Amino acid sequence: MTVTNVTKDPIALTMSITAEFDVSVERAWELWNDPRQLERWWGPPTYPATFVEHELTVGGVVRYYMTGPEGDRHSGWWRVVSVEAPHSLEVIDGFGDDADAPMPDMPTTSMQVTLTETTAGGTIMVIESRFPSTEAMGQLVAMGMEEGMRLALGQIDDILRGDPTALTIG
Amino acid sequence: MTLTYNHMVVRLDDEQTDRLFHAMADRTRRDILRRSMHDDFSVSSLADVYPMSFAAVQKHVAVLEAAGLVTKHRDGRKRLVRTNRETVQKALRALEDLEAMWRDRIDRFASAIEDPT
Repeated sequence: MTVTNVTKDPIALTMSITAEFDVSVERAWELWNDPRQLERWWGPPTYPATFVEHELTVGGVVRYYMTGPEGDRHSGWWRVVSVEAPHSLEVIDGFGDDADAPMPDMPTTSMQVTLTETTAGGTIMVIESRFPSTEAMGQLVAMGMEEGMRLALGQIDDILRGDPTALTIG
Repeated sequence: MTLTYNHMVVRLDDEQTDRLFHAMADRTRRDILRRSMHDDFSVSSLADVYPMSFAAVQKHVAVLEAAGLVTKHRDGRKRLVRTNRETVQKALRALEDLEAMWRDRIDRFASAIEDPT
């Protein structure tokens, strides 16, 4: 199992997922740093992503679009908050309009990636996603973020309907 | 918040969603939610915790109650506050969707990492 841990805090509005890979941190970083390699995993096969701008420097912008089976286009962008190759990357992640321009009224989320060497020479990758505010999360949910994700990203596994006592609070 | 194609239902749900997230937008209210997740607290014992008046805490509890995030029940002379886990679960759904999306991504990441070409 690649994914080793997941925590979700519905009160702090964060989701954190940890995965372990049998390759070096440098190799894992390439999958973020090289847009051609990023394209191979960011979107699902039915909605492949094309990165048109990819500047991993502080303040830099990354822009991409995903192409659906009907030729439909869904664009997104990141703004780089901090980057320390090959160990960490923090971006603000948002939606784009038809012309791939950021949509100012749409809520954004923040994504923090951390890559750490294991003693065995492998890599632990932690992704932490955070909604900036409860209002933003409410807005995303209300506008059918879920539905959008299901349609845009397809192949979503059955979601864990966890025991409430298993909630990560705090 | 339910996935439905009936616009009327969606709109009603949006209103509930707004109330829910407005209620959760306040630090004190989030703290009350955490505390009342595992134990029942009376409003007066909650009021002892925060540097604010009993009335102010009572008001926070009322907002949480209106959003369905807490329920109040009687225990003798005390009114106890308890977090409604079902409503907190709703907020969890957006996070579950994120999780599902990332599990898929990480599967693809693992495949791509093996094959640098």
